[in-house]
Amino acid sequence: MTNELVIQAENLTKTFGSFTAVDAISFSVRKGEIFGFLGANGAGKTTAMKMLIGISTPSAGKATVAGFDVSSEAEKIKKNIGYMSQKFALYDDLTVKQNITFFGGIYGLSRAQIKLKTAELVEELDLKEVVNQLVGALPLGWKQKISFSVSLLHNPKIVFLDEPTGGVDPITRRQFWEMIYKAANNGTTVFVTTHYMDEAEYCDRVSIMVNGKIEALDSPKNLKTQFGVENMNDVFLKLARG
Amino acid sequence: MKRFIGFIKKEFYHIFRDKRSLFILFGMPIAQILLFGFAITNEINNVDIAVLDHSKDVTTQEIINKISASKYFTIETFIEREADIEAVFKKGKIKAVLNFEKDFGQHLITDGFATVQIITDATDPNTANTISNYTNAILQNYQQEMNKNVKLAYQIVPQTRMVYNPELKGVFMFVPGVMTIILMLVSAMMTSISISREKELGTMEILLVSPLKPLQVIIGKVVPYIFLSIINATVIVVMSIFIFRVPVNGSLFLLALESILFIITSLSLGILISTASATQQTAMMISLMGLMLPTILLSGFIFPITSMPLPLQVISNIIPAKWFIIILKGIMLKGVGISFLWKETLVLLGMTLFLIGLSAKKYKIRLE
Amino acid sequence: MKTIGYIIQKEFRQIFRNKAMLPIIFIMPLFQLIILSNAATFDVKNIKFSYIDHDHSAMSRALIEKFNTSSYFNVITDFPSAALANSAMLSGEVDVILEIPQHFERDLAKDKYAPLGITINAIDGAAAGIENVYISQIIQGFNRNIRPELMQQGQASNLMKSINTIPLFWYNETLNYKTFMVPGILVLLVTMITLFLSGMNIVREKEIGTLEQINVTPIKKSQFIIGKLFPFWVIGLALLSVGLIIAKLIFDVPMLGSLVLMYGYTSVYILVILGIGLFISNFTDTQQQAMFISWFFIVIFILMSGLFTPIESMPKWAQTITDFNPIKYFVQVMRMVMLKGSSLTDIMPQLLKTLAFAVIMNGLAVWSYRKTS
Repeated sequence: MTNELVIQAENLTKTFGSFTAVDAISFSVRKGEIFGFLGANGAGKTTAMKMLIGISTPSAGKATVAGFDVSSEAEKIKKNIGYMSQKFALYDDLTVKQNITFFGGIYGLSRAQIKLKTAELVEELDLKEVVNQLVGALPLGWKQKISFSVSLLHNPKIVFLDEPTGGVDPITRRQFWEMIYKAANNGTTVFVTTHYMDEAEYCDRVSIMVNGKIEALDSPKNLKTQFGVENMNDVFLKLARG
Repeated sequence: MKRFIGFIKKEFYHIFRDKRSLFILFGMPIAQILLFGFAITNEINNVDIAVLDHSKDVTTQEIINKISASKYFTIETFIEREADIEAVFKKGKIKAVLNFEKDFGQHLITDGFATVQIITDATDPNTANTISNYTNAILQNYQQEMNKNVKLAYQIVPQTRMVYNPELKGVFMFVPGVMTIILMLVSAMMTSISISREKELGTMEILLVSPLKPLQVIIGKVVPYIFLSIINATVIVVMSIFIFRVPVNGSLFLLALESILFIITSLSLGILISTASATQQTAMMISLMGLMLPTILLSGFIFPITSMPLPLQVISNIIPAKWFIIILKGIMLKGVGISFLWKETLVLLGMTLFLIGLSAKKYKIRLE
Repeated sequence: MKTIGYIIQKEFRQIFRNKAMLPIIFIMPLFQLIILSNAATFDVKNIKFSYIDHDHSAMSRALIEKFNTSSYFNVITDFPSAALANSAMLSGEVDVILEIPQHFERDLAKDKYAPLGITINAIDGAAAGIENVYISQIIQGFNRNIRPELMQQGQASNLMKSINTIPLFWYNETLNYKTFMVPGILVLLVTMITLFLSGMNIVREKEIGTLEQINVTPIKKSQFIIGKLFPFWVIGLALLSVGLIIAKLIFDVPMLGSLVLMYGYTSVYILVILGIGLFISNFTDTQQQAMFISWFFIVIFILMSGLFTPIESMPKWAQTITDFNPIKYFVQVMRMVMLKGSSLTDIMPQLLKTLAFAVIMNGLAVWSYRKTS
C-alpha cells in the first residue's frame, strides 16, 4: 500500500430540496486500500457513492477520484473506475457471455481482449456450465460474482461496490470477499458500502455514516479500541444510538 | 373489507402521485374532443384548384367566378398547357384542374352544349369524388340559371329530411367515437400495465401471499380506473353538450349505466391482456398496437361498417367499441331507450362475462 | 465507432431474445396492414334502404325497382306505415326511408308535380350527404325517363343549354381506397412501432437499474444514443420493406416513383420518430409514463396527419399545427412518390422539413440525456 491518495473528498454535500442527504463529508482513500463505507439504511452511503462515481453532481464541496474532479471531469473518472450496484445491473435477458462482451465492448476492450478475459473468467469462476445461460436464470450468488468480475474487466484503478453481498448466504459472502482481496492485492482500490458489520472487519479502514455525516473513520482495530468494545457491531450500535 | 379498502387507497395514491400520467389521462380526452370538434372534418373546404381555360370567354369567366366564390374552392393558379396538369399534381398542393374546351361559350350557343373536364387528383379518392360532385353541382346551378326561361314539367320533387343531425355536423359522428376510443384504450391499457407492472417488479407475489384473495387484488387494482374512466366520460359528455351542442336526447341515467358497463368491459380486456404478458412492455404493445387501430377502424368510428367487405363486417362484431358506439348514438342522438338497445347491451354484458371468466381461469392456472 | 457496435449488438440480442415481443413487432403490424386497409373506406355502399309505398301504382313500383337494381342500395323491406319505418330506423335496421305518397302517379300526370318523402339517418353527416346525392341521381334519372312518356306532343323543348361535365380521376381511375389507405396505414404502423419501442427503451433500463451501470462507464452520450437508435431504425426500414411488398403483391398498389427516394426519405423520417421517442424516454421515470406520453402524441399526430381526413379542410390555425407533425409529411411523401411518381424536387419541401426535425429532435434527445443527476 502506498500513500498515494486516489479519492479525496472535502465537505462533499448533496441536498434534495430541504433535505440534506450527505452533509459536508471529508475523507480520503489510499491506493490499494479496502475502504469500508458503513452506515444504516438511509444514512447517505449510496448518495455519497453516486457523487464519487460521477453520476450525481455534488451540491457543495469537492472531491477528486483518480485525480479528477467529480463535478467537472466525471467522464474521465469513469474510465478509471468500476462499479457494481445493489441491483447487480447485468442484463437479465442476455447470457453471461453476452454481458461480458457488451460491457467489455463499451469500456473499449478489443475483441481479442474480450475473448481472453472471458476465457479467464470462465476459468476463475468456474463458469463453464453457465456461460451461455441467461443471467436472469442464475442464482443471486452467481450474479454477484459475475457482476463484480464485469466491473473489473477494464482493470480500473478503483472499484466501487454498493452493498455487494446483500441477500446471500455466509459461504458465498466469504467467497466474494476472497475475490475482493485478490483485486486489492493486484493494486485495485476497493470502495465498498455494506451494513454487515462482520464484513467491516475485513476492511483496511472503515468510515461510519450517521444521518449524512461521517461519525467515525479509522481501521477496525483502532475503532474498537476507541469505543472500548469487542467487535464492529458494538461500535456501530454505539454510534447509531448516539 | 377494511383491508380491501386500504388496498384500494394504496392504488389511488399510486395513480395520483404520478402527475404526468394523470395529466395525460385527463388532458387526452379534452385535446381529442377539441381537435375533432374544431379541426377534423371529412368535408372539403378551400381546396386549391387550377384552371386551364382554352376558351377565355365571358361564359368561362362567369363559371370561374362562381367557383371562386364558393367556400369549397380556392383558385390557386391558371395554367396554359395540358402538360402542366401533371406537374401541378405532382407538387401535391393542387387537387383538381378545370379544363374548359376551346370556344366553350360559342359551343353553348350554337350546339346547345359545351364540355368541361373536371380532372381530380384521385390519390385521395374521397376528396376527389367530393370535389367532382361539388364542382358538378356548381355547374348544374349555373346551367339552371341559364335555362331560367325554360319550364320543366312533370317534376318529381324529393323532400329530404336529414334526421338526428339535420346540419350534417361531423362532430355528432365523432363525439361518440372519441368517447369510445378513449374509454377503451385508457381502461384496457391502464389496467393491463398496472397489473403487469406488479408482476414485473415482483410485488404481485407479495400481494398474492397477503390475506387478500386474488379476486380482491384484481378488483382493488381495477376500481380506481373505473372512477377515473367515469370522470373522463363525464368530461367528454359535458364538453360535447356545452361546446359542440351535441344533444343527449335520451336518458342521462341510461347513458351513465351503459358507460359503466363499457368501462368494465374494457377493464376486463385489460386484465386478460395482463394475464398474457410477463412484462409491462408486452402489455403496452398489445393494448396499444393490438387495440388502437382495430378499434379506430373497425368500430364504425370513422369509416362506415356497412361499406366494408363482408368478412370485415363479421369481424367487427367482436370489437366491443362497435356496440358501444351504437348504444351512444342511440341514446345521445336518436334518443332511444333500453327497449331499442337491449341487444347491444346484452352483447357487451356477454363479452364482459366472457373476458372475466377467461382471465379468472388463466390466473387460477398460474397460481396453481 | 466500435463502442457503438457493441451497443447495437446488445440491443439486437435483447430484441430477438424477447419471444413475446417479436410477433408484436413484426407480425401484428403486417397483419393489421392486410386486414385494416380493407376497412378504411369512405365509400358508401350497401345503404340500408327501405320504403313505404302508399300508392301501389305501376310508377311507384318502377321507382322502387330503380333502387333495387342500384348497387349502392340494399333494399331491406317495405313498411306498411311510417311509424313502423321510424321504429326500424331508431333501432338501426334502416338508414334511408323512401315514402311514396298516395296518388303519386295520378298527381304527377295531373299536376305535373309530385312530392316524394325521403328520410336519411344523418348521424354520419358525410355519408348522409353522399346517400342524398345517390338518391337524387336515381330519382332524377327516373324522372328524365318518364317525362317523354307523360309529355303530350308538341310540348317537347330542346331550348335547354347544357354543360357537359366529364369527371376524370387521375392516378386512381376506379377511386380505389386501398391504393390511398395502404401507404398511409403502412406509415402509421412503422411510426407506431418505432416510437413505442424507442420511447420505452431507455426508460426501461432506467426502471430496471441497468442504466446506472451504463452511466458509470466512459461511453459518450452520442455513442449511446446512436447505438440505441440504430436497431430500431433497421426495424423500421425492415417493416417498411415487408409492408411495401404486401402493398404490391396483395393490394396491387402502384409504385410509380423511385424506391431509392422512398427509402431515402423514410431513413430520415424514422430518425425523427426515434428522436422523439428517446426524448420522451429521457423525461420520464417509468415505462408507463413514457407509454402514455407517446400515446398522447401519436393519437394527435394521426388525427392531424391527413391520413383519414383531409388537412385542407381544417381551419387555418389547425393547418398551422399540422406543419409540426412529422407523420403528415411522411403520409404525403409516400402517397406522392408511390401513387404519382413524384420526384426528389417535388418532395423537397417535405424532405427539408423532415431533415430539420431530425436534427432538432435528435439534438434534443442527446442534450436531454443526462449521465449525471
